[in-house]
Amino acid sequence: MKSFSRRKMLWTGAAAAAGVAGLVEAPKLMRRAGILAPDCVGAYGPGEALTYAASRIIAPNARAREFSRSWISTTPFANSTYGPIPAEFAQQKAEGFANWKLSVSGMVMHPAVFSVGDLKQMGRSSQITEVACEEGWSYIAEWIGTPLAKMLDEVQPLGPARYVMYTSMRDGWTDLIDMHDARHPQTLLTWGMNDGDLPFGFGGPLRLRLPKQLGYRNVKYVHQMVLTDSLKGFPKGVGLADPANGYSWYAGI
Amino acid sequence: MLWRMLGRSDERVVAGPRHGAVVRVTHWLTLVAFVALAIRGVEIVFSHPRFYLGETGNVNMKPLFTLPVASSRDTVPTAYRYVLPDQNGWSRALHFEAAWLLLFVGVVYVASGLWSGRFRRELRPSGGAWDVLRGYLRLGPMREEPVRSYNALQRAAYAAVVFVAFPLMIWTGLAMSPAFTAVFPWAPLIVGGRQTARTLHFFLTWGLVLFVVVHVVMVSTSGFVARMRGMITGGAHGDGGAA
Repeated sequence: MKSFSRRKMLWTGAAAAAGVAGLVEAPKLMRRAGILAPDCVGAYGPGEALTYAASRIIAPNARAREFSRSWISTTPFANSTYGPIPAEFAQQKAEGFANWKLSVSGMVMHPAVFSVGDLKQMGRSSQITEVACEEGWSYIAEWIGTPLAKMLDEVQPLGPARYVMYTSMRDGWTDLIDMHDARHPQTLLTWGMNDGDLPFGFGGPLRLRLPKQLGYRNVKYVHQMVLTDSLKGFPKGVGLADPANGYSWYAGI
Repeated sequence: MLWRMLGRSDERVVAGPRHGAVVRVTHWLTLVAFVALAIRGVEIVFSHPRFYLGETGNVNMKPLFTLPVASSRDTVPTAYRYVLPDQNGWSRALHFEAAWLLLFVGVVYVASGLWSGRFRRELRPSGGAWDVLRGYLRLGPMREEPVRSYNALQRAAYAAVVFVAFPLMIWTGLAMSPAFTAVFPWAPLIVGGRQTARTLHFFLTWGLVLFVVVHVVMVSTSGFVARMRGMITGGAHGDGGAA
């Protein structure tokens, strides 16, 4: 074995020190640039951080693949929901969701409560995109709704707002996206599917559609949105579809 | 039989199966990444043990084939009455962290292989791979083993893994990513759709697992200790090329 020269050792040491400093500084720089995923902690933190940062660096504004009408699945699959049905949700369902409301609060200039009709007034957008579940299955449908960006224009987020948190009335399922994803033109408050109303099984009356990410972040029966700059003070595991099982916040892959 | 190799390894051990530091380090890091990736591979299959061709596929559609295993989802019809526990959360994270490791290791390995001329020297097809295989299987005469490099069959196998299987694994994996395909929509299209990519990913995994099994058997039957030493410390004898 060759013996190390002093110069080589010095250079190696300097490179190692620079590497460690870089690793310590990287999260801070990424946070400042707004490309640090909020769940980058623990053993899987580096992987999560790299994956989300890569998606934001390579092509932040790319649009999810859109298909022509002939690709629409004739046999889409409406995934199950679990747990006891809250009385409030049962009531809404009995009314045929005619009185469904989306409340928007938190760091916004104008907190508001919108009916689905109010949302339809703000704008309409449709896309033929694929829903891909992390389990492996998928289908293609036309999704019709109001771009979330249009709704945000109405409530006017305050400067420091960084996340839009959204909650399902069915089971309290909560997730959040950052302002970048919230403003993406394909991010829809979806109320229609394949030229009709959004069927109950697919999340009707209102589902958040986020086609650049996997199914579990496309929460059904959304009735509440909160804009926030920090996850502190919110239930533990916010941003994780199922905190107990540690589903990743970013699901673009 | 493979065991014939046992008694034939001495001359090469003396010549010193040697590997450079880059090959040794990337070899073991690749093993770590591969095991982590494969753990997830086994795990994820249970959440939807059905495979399809084309762009879309779900339980309302006819699968290409179904694995006869239980599922971790009650929405998937199986022949079993029970539902396995959901382990998708952590194993997803493990898969992608290991994928990043593999990517970095792969970049270093390929850059070094090209730069040093090692690929040209050690992995370039040398012809006669079938003859070597026939020799191993006793269907033909045993070919003389090169002392300081790989034989034709090894070259073919390693080149297939490095230049075909791993790139296809990465490709078919990324072809399932909604964010990656937003940027590169042709990635799933070119193999026939997202579900085809998933099915290919599944078979490629078995291809690589098969490679690992044969690889370990061959190492074990051709001077295990010397070969492990060669891949861990680089080997103590001689200064020949990588073998």
